Amino acid sequence: MDNKFNITVKNCDLYYGDFQALKNINIDIDEREVTAFIGPSGCGKSTFIKTFNRMNDLIEDCRITGEIKIGGENIYAKGTDVTLLRKNIGMVFQKPNPFPMSIYDNVAFAPRTFGIKKKTELDAIVERSLKQAGLWGEVKDRLRKNAMGLSGGQQQRLCIARALAAEPKILLMDEPTSALDPISTGKIEELINELKVDYTIVIVTHNMQQATRISDKTAFFLLGEIIEYAKTGELFSNPKDKRAENYITGRFG
Amino acid sequence: MRKNAHKRQILKFAFFKYISRGALLISLAALSSVVIFILLRGIPYINMHLIFGDFTSKNPSIKPALIGTFYLILISVGIAAPVGIGSAIFLTEYTNSKSRLIRIVRVATETLAGIPSIVYGLFGYLIFVVALGLGYSLIGGGVTLSIMILPVIVRSTEENLLAVPASLREGSFALGSSKVRTIFSVILPCAASGIVTSLILAVGRVISESAVLILTIGMVVDRAPDNLISPGTSLALDVYYFGSHGYPEQAAATAVVLLVLVMAINITATVLGKIFGKGELANG
Repeated sequence: MDNKFNITVKNCDLYYGDFQALKNINIDIDEREVTAFIGPSGCGKSTFIKTFNRMNDLIEDCRITGEIKIGGENIYAKGTDVTLLRKNIGMVFQKPNPFPMSIYDNVAFAPRTFGIKKKTELDAIVERSLKQAGLWGEVKDRLRKNAMGLSGGQQQRLCIARALAAEPKILLMDEPTSALDPISTGKIEELINELKVDYTIVIVTHNMQQATRISDKTAFFLLGEIIEYAKTGELFSNPKDKRAENYITGRFG
Repeated sequence: MRKNAHKRQILKFAFFKYISRGALLISLAALSSVVIFILLRGIPYINMHLIFGDFTSKNPSIKPALIGTFYLILISVGIAAPVGIGSAIFLTEYTNSKSRLIRIVRVATETLAGIPSIVYGLFGYLIFVVALGLGYSLIGGGVTLSIMILPVIVRSTEENLLAVPASLREGSFALGSSKVRTIFSVILPCAASGIVTSLILAVGRVISESAVLILTIGMVVDRAPDNLISPGTSLALDVYYFGSHGYPEQAAATAVVLLVLVMAINITATVLGKIFGKGELANG
């Protein structure tokens, strides 16, 4: 993984025990674009996004076949450094999950994992990451305060800053605004628009307006399959598949 | 008809309310009468000589017991804390929660926690006093106590670790942390207050234990121990000794010291738990 950070998935199947959660997934995700995954609950979109940074490794009896390449390298090949993979692929979760430590320590967490100890260096990373996440102005005077004292929206932006501090190339977001109020949601959407200049962003969302607002391409998932994958404008104005059309127009899901 | 049923309900509720209130009063009365009785009997006999003086048969002191108790806490918690916390980390973080090993270990720790302490005492006596030939010694008593409190520490640490939300583990792994970094930088700090509280409560058990010590440290009340292999005594043993060897006043005074110490420890545990626990894990 050197310069290119596109994602290519070929014939990917994923099982939880006997249950097949993903069925023959094929998709190409371009770099420096926002790709949205939509679909009803339980359709496998969250499961799928977690395969990119191998978070499914943590789940017992989860089995995966097929090929997932990032920047041309198979991330499930033997000898893949999962730690490095996860450093390069940041993740933001549905519920804000800041660590119960100071704001500063939260953001400095990943840099410290990867051996950065010098205070001036850490200070610079923390400031840069918080600025990128649009949180610096709100917290610069209380960096040493516990992160649990922030509001939900601030906590989520802190989690984005924490992910950015690892200097990833890809940002995975699993319904990042579903637990937030509309104002915080708006801030995060603005942020995503700014970040896509530098990062490849994959976002799972239940909110179709959100998908149209922020994404370049959209994939519609149903029962573990990708039904339709197209430019967002195209998919929402002129869906080719009847099931996608039904979902988008609100007839089911 | 319905009105009567309703009336009966109200009567029933009132009846149970008074029953439970009565039960509460009885338990409060029982507890406070023990505490008040001990305090009334013991406080008049507490003096500097009893606590800090040298032991003579006319004027006994509990200095040897204070030193002995201190050593016993040091040895038992010093051994049981790292081993117990380490075991709990292994059980929660490194094993499949549904595995047979975990279930066996759980049943075993629960059983061990329920064994009467005199049985641990007998074990300590047979191992340290007889088989290893140490005779009565503080180290034998301390190690036996550490075995006794080990299951308690393992179980409570395990519960505290399991209470750390999975989202924090995920968050740490997603940032590229190793398992070890996740455990030491995220999970343990989150569980620290609960773990410290359980260690302090374990200290309380050590202080109030007597059955184990009668069989392992020898109840030598009249001189301070020279080192860890010396026989010795503890506060709880001194209460027993004074009570059965014609020093009822000193027994009562020692009981007060013991009571105050245990109360102080429990209050410390509660306060520490509250201080540490503030703001932590607020988002569940």
